[in-house]
Amino acid sequence: MGEPLLELRDMTVTYHTGRGPVPAVRGVDLVVDTGQTVGLAGESGCGKSTVALAVLRLLPTTARLGGKVLLNGEDVVAMKWGRLRAVRWASASVVFQGAMHALNPVRPVGEQLAEPILLHGGAGANTVSSRVGDLLEQVGLPARRARAYPHELSGGQRQRVMIAMALACDPQLIIADEPTTALDVMVQAQVLDLVSRLVSELGIGLMMISHDLSVLASTCQRLAVMYAGRIIEQGPARQVLQAPAHPYTKALSAAFPTIGDPESRLAPRGLPGDPPDPSALPPGCPFHPRCPSAFADCVDTDVALRPVDTGRSAACLLEVRP
Amino acid sequence: MIGPVSTALAPDLAPPTTPGGRGGGTVRHLATKLGGAVVSLLMVIVLGFFLFRVLPGDPVKTITRGAPVGPQQLAALRHELGLDKPIAAQFVDYLAQLARGDLGESYQFRVPVSTLIGERIGPTVLLVGVATALAILVGLWLGTRAAWRRGSRFDRISTGVALLLWSAPTFWLGLVLLTVTGNLFPSQGLINPNTPAGFLPQTLDLLHHLTLPCLTLVAVLYAQYLLVMRSSLLEEMNADYLVTAKAKGLRDDLVRRRHAVPNAMLPTVTLIFLNLGLVVSGAVTVETVFSWPGLGLLTYQALQGPDLPLLQGLFVVLAGAVLVMNLIAELLYQVIDPRVRAT
Repeated sequence: MGEPLLELRDMTVTYHTGRGPVPAVRGVDLVVDTGQTVGLAGESGCGKSTVALAVLRLLPTTARLGGKVLLNGEDVVAMKWGRLRAVRWASASVVFQGAMHALNPVRPVGEQLAEPILLHGGAGANTVSSRVGDLLEQVGLPARRARAYPHELSGGQRQRVMIAMALACDPQLIIADEPTTALDVMVQAQVLDLVSRLVSELGIGLMMISHDLSVLASTCQRLAVMYAGRIIEQGPARQVLQAPAHPYTKALSAAFPTIGDPESRLAPRGLPGDPPDPSALPPGCPFHPRCPSAFADCVDTDVALRPVDTGRSAACLLEVRP
Repeated sequence: MIGPVSTALAPDLAPPTTPGGRGGGTVRHLATKLGGAVVSLLMVIVLGFFLFRVLPGDPVKTITRGAPVGPQQLAALRHELGLDKPIAAQFVDYLAQLARGDLGESYQFRVPVSTLIGERIGPTVLLVGVATALAILVGLWLGTRAAWRRGSRFDRISTGVALLLWSAPTFWLGLVLLTVTGNLFPSQGLINPNTPAGFLPQTLDLLHHLTLPCLTLVAVLYAQYLLVMRSSLLEEMNADYLVTAKAKGLRDDLVRRRHAVPNAMLPTVTLIFLNLGLVVSGAVTVETVFSWPGLGLLTYQALQGPDLPLLQGLFVVLAGAVLVMNLIAELLYQVIDPRVRAT
């Protein structure tokens, strides 16, 4: 063992736009061990999807990726194109949000499942169709649905196809980017169950990205919360949710009512204001303009992530104030 | 989950209903489209008849031009051609004639219209066919490259040149080409009567004559294929499934060849067939400039009269071509795009 499956070291992503550089990810450190499930939470625009795409260098050409992305100890940022293409999908695959658009609309799903298998030499041309059938059955779809086109499947079925596709080359890591956002609650629960079951059965590492803390709480062992391009709190999922150290995590978890607790349902607390514009971040702690417990030092102290407990860390001055 | 439940039911219900239902839908769809085409053709016949009666010029005077004829002879000719009857009666005669499959006889050439059209359709199909095929190839290739490197110098120049040629008048472009190339290419006709018999020299001479009119048509036509392909591909390039394809580890050119370009081609296929119908009539100016003995030149000659039966016959044939191509485009789209098939 020794080295982790995926390790992000001071990862930065900057989009170069017509109006100057926009830092979307500003130094993220994150570790996913083999077989571990890690959740990445945050509001839209906090940079969490950028992190997901950056792991396999799938960002548009306007984006610059910095720091280190170590996949099995090998730096993805420094990889040559040929090596990168060999690593993509074979070592780490992605379950994209909204499988409606992430699947090619005019090709049968079986063909799209077979594509990475043939590309990465997972099977010969004659065994590939049985492999495709196995994959579909693994996610609870009959093998003959391989001939279906994406529009002939329901939203949940498409997401299952997407998950089957992610499993096609037996990767050690799956990155799931908002895999259940477009689904209704019942289907969402089924898809989450499926992902959790497959990941634990196959011993795959999972990085799950969502804005929905309840989704992450039910699937992930560890949880990292992002705000304005940085991780502001991380630790074991249950502890982070039940005793948040950072005011932002508190607000985020309070925004989702706890089932069986009438008090939290009757008094849902949202967070006032909007997430900051990444091209014009406030000085000091980027959260201070919206923070209910901000004090004078928050305005000019850029606070770093520091340990608050065993296996936990948070970036808040409240934690270090005597 | 809905999927497994519905598939559990499938063996009992799906096989008899699904294929039959889908097949029936296709037949009904086809019948609707065919019916629509027939109605359009009838309207074209009516419109063509009355439209050409409004044209200025007296066909009888044109026919007898230069000959010393008196009023009695003119009246006799008018009676012979049926032009002395009221318009309504002429229309009924025309419909009766059409119903027998007879397009009438040309005033100028004194031969059946169907014979004339039959003679002239070959050269037009040759010219327009070759030009369209080349324009499609050039347009799609340039459009794909321009979209893949959007905003590059190649994109700006090729799109700009295409638009410039697209806006140039066809006859003017033909004349410019004629002037610029000097005596390199023949300026008129299909073939030189002095060319020795035999397949090879005849073919070479035909190609020699074909070059300039074909080039003119290609220059005018390729822009629309370029622009449609470019915009269609640009739209596809933002699609999420291309990120999926890239994430799978496909090479950049495979992402383009396997996923982006085939999908971007779909709207282009419709355009191609819509144009194939239109372009037969669109060659009027090119054929006139280069005296290419096709349907376009025939239309130009018929307009001089006005040679009413010939014009009406041409109108029906050209409109028929558009309608048939529309039908083909419709059917082809059903075959190549599964999303249309399902609805």
